[in-house]
Amino acid sequence: MKKIAIELKNITKRFGAVTANRDVCLTVYNGEILSLLGENGSGKTTLMNMIAGIYYPDEGSIFINGNEAIISSPKDSFKYGIGMIHQHFKLVNVFSATENIILGLDDGSSFDLEKSAKKVKEIADKYGFDIDPAKKIYEMSVSEKQTVEIIKDLYRGADILILDEPTAVLTPQESDKLFAVLRRMRDDGKAIIIITHKLHEVLSLSDRVSVLRKGEYIGTVNTAETNESELTEMMVGEKTALNIYRGEPKNSELRLSVKNISCKSREGVKLLDNVSFEAMSGEILGIAGIAGSGQRELLEAIAGLQSLDSGEITYYTPETNMEENLRDKTPMQIRELGVRLSFVPEDRLGMGLVGNMDIIDNMMLRSYSKGKGVFLQRKEPKDLAEKIIEQLKVVTPNANTPVRRLSGGNVQKVLVGREIAAAPTVLMAAYPVRGLDINASYAIYDLLNQQKESGVAVIFVGEDLDVLIELCDRIVVIGGGQITGTVDARCATKEEIGLLMTKSNGGAKE
Amino acid sequence: MSNQIKASHEPLIHVTKRDAMVWWKSWLIRIIAVIAAMMVGTAFTWILTGVSPIEIVKTMFEGSFGTERKIWIFLKDSAMLLGISLAVTPAFKMRFWNTGAEGQVLIGALASVTCMFYLGDKLSNVVTLLIMLAASIVAGAIWAGVAGFFKAKWNTNETLFTLMMNYVAMQLVAFCIMKWVPSGSMVLSPLNSTTQTGWLPSVFGQKYLLNIAIVLVITVIMFVYLKFSKHGYEISVVGESENTARYIGINVKKVILRTVIISGALCGIMGWLYVAGLDHSIETGTVGGNGFTAIMVSWLAKFHPLFMVVASLLICFLQIGSGALASNPSLKLNSSLGDIITGIIILFIIGSEFFIRYKVNFRKKHKEEANKNA
Repeated sequence: MKKIAIELKNITKRFGAVTANRDVCLTVYNGEILSLLGENGSGKTTLMNMIAGIYYPDEGSIFINGNEAIISSPKDSFKYGIGMIHQHFKLVNVFSATENIILGLDDGSSFDLEKSAKKVKEIADKYGFDIDPAKKIYEMSVSEKQTVEIIKDLYRGADILILDEPTAVLTPQESDKLFAVLRRMRDDGKAIIIITHKLHEVLSLSDRVSVLRKGEYIGTVNTAETNESELTEMMVGEKTALNIYRGEPKNSELRLSVKNISCKSREGVKLLDNVSFEAMSGEILGIAGIAGSGQRELLEAIAGLQSLDSGEITYYTPETNMEENLRDKTPMQIRELGVRLSFVPEDRLGMGLVGNMDIIDNMMLRSYSKGKGVFLQRKEPKDLAEKIIEQLKVVTPNANTPVRRLSGGNVQKVLVGREIAAAPTVLMAAYPVRGLDINASYAIYDLLNQQKESGVAVIFVGEDLDVLIELCDRIVVIGGGQITGTVDARCATKEEIGLLMTKSNGGAKE
Repeated sequence: MSNQIKASHEPLIHVTKRDAMVWWKSWLIRIIAVIAAMMVGTAFTWILTGVSPIEIVKTMFEGSFGTERKIWIFLKDSAMLLGISLAVTPAFKMRFWNTGAEGQVLIGALASVTCMFYLGDKLSNVVTLLIMLAASIVAGAIWAGVAGFFKAKWNTNETLFTLMMNYVAMQLVAFCIMKWVPSGSMVLSPLNSTTQTGWLPSVFGQKYLLNIAIVLVITVIMFVYLKFSKHGYEISVVGESENTARYIGINVKKVILRTVIISGALCGIMGWLYVAGLDHSIETGTVGGNGFTAIMVSWLAKFHPLFMVVASLLICFLQIGSGALASNPSLKLNSSLGDIITGIIILFIIGSEFFIRYKVNFRKKHKEEANKNA
């Protein structure tokens, strides 16, 4: 029988009226990888944050190696040998890997960079990490930064490692490498918890799976004795079809053409480098790439929010086929041209919506300037808000609730609903299912498919390659601001796209 | 892991976030905070000086409500503070921290005084008043607009910019007085005191009534402007998120500039009220710090024009009350004690917001209570 590394008993945590965790019990053994599976908002991260000392549980207790532990700060958690790798890295950019690893470390030994670097190297070799201790953080790719974060915890002697969605920012190849390392650490006797909502990862990596749903502990199963559909059922609470519908494109014609566009950041770094592609009506065009490879700039350039150094963006009006140049136009000018361009930006509450405003006022964002007079017309937006709440089944007390109070999926429904209500001919959506649970995600896929069927040119920027391959018709891959390839989604493989993602020499940038 | 760690205690208090509170509950907390603050403040004075709390509260109330004249002065002072608070509010709602209301009001007052000084009684009262008003509006708008222009164009820090403009306005006033008063006494006696040209008339025999009425009209207009106009909507969007504003095609620079100019113009109107309605003269201290107090009033009211009425009445009551405490010879109190009590009260009011938003849990929790609040 393996030794219990960490045991949670009846943990409850509330935020106001929201109960993030209710009576959760969890056991992790030494020398195993436990997947903590659950939809977004099911309380996985909150639970782990209580082990890491970021939150303090309202009720319940935590046992480490059989002794009750009071973890009221990250420092306490480190004392107990717990290390957590967060989704957002906490590193100093201008420092080297070693410097970041020993930063804030108070183990009584004198400051000796060389000795520390040697120890870092030892740890790296032991588990098979690939790292240059002297390399500065700003020169590193996302995966290297993650490596630094993991070694940072190992250096401090962590025996229990928690990784929060570690593969979200990695390519398939990098994920495989990470998994190999994690397996080696498991064999070394460490307890590893990985938070995830990707089923195939759970099945390929972990020994046991614990499932949370809506803050409650559902159960634990051995990975060897389960399958995707059983896990989904545990996670969602009902049987769910996991296939995404994809119809054949109908009456495709050229709607939007982007030719050789380039732009630089204020610091002179190339954000987009000679990007060209075409979007057709009645199809979903996927854009794949490592986060921060220029996807945002690309969509913002089309929407009139990013100024370009060179290139052309042309819109072809349906039926008349008249060409309109969209480059260097403001969003207002684009709208005045009669171009019906809808855009669901990545940053929902910081760009697409105003969090502190209610649903009606958020509907008004697109239409407030219509109509004569200095006063606002609230009637139309109110009707639209009520229509969207009803048709898309938005869960909200009423239309006067500030959108920041809604859950992620409902926020997205409000945003997508408003953009679709504008009857677009081009619909751009950046990471539209990020942070959404399975049912909400499928609701969004359905909406995109409906738009495709009605002849809209849909541009879908996604991060989950499985989804991109299932949903899209064509996929354009972007890497370091360049288009590194275009594939037919019906016959492309994940590995093929993963390779294209890292093809550019620039690599990923933050 | 071999090293044994002693089980430490559960933390004594830990703070959790509350859900949105019903409005009457949050107001109850605020009222309790004011009462608690009065109790602490007066008890504090009692311990230090031996003056009984009842005496202190009585003196403070008499300061504002003692006689009919005192009530009018209290209302007038509150109205002026309210007017300036309303003036800074559109900028604040846009997260443009206009700390230059003091200077913008003063420069508006200076514009009015300049008109009075050079026009004398050549024109009729109404025409003079209108010319003064126009001059004040333009002066206030320019004073704020400069900062707005630099903010929109080069994203300069508006807090510092508007703050510095205050001192420029003060020096300008000092310069003008020096030029206008040959004796060098630096005191400009009320202009046109015989003909009363450029003076706002008394209404129903009340000298301050017109001032108060004008500010109340501004309050209603500002409420409607912020809540129901397209401009007001644009201000909210730009304030909440410039990215969203850009995304939906609002010209952010234009909105910043326009709003700041409106804010400055309103300050100008308040400067006009100081001159035409109250002082008929000017000194560097004409605004008397109200330009800064207004920032607090605007924040306390959470930028809501109607709550601002309550907030400015409260702040004025405290100011006058602390003055009354200091100047009451029978109490023999140090003049700072009034400020201390005011400080305690404001601290409690601001602090009460914490208890509206968060819940404090002590080590020994009562389950029933936790469930009740959940």
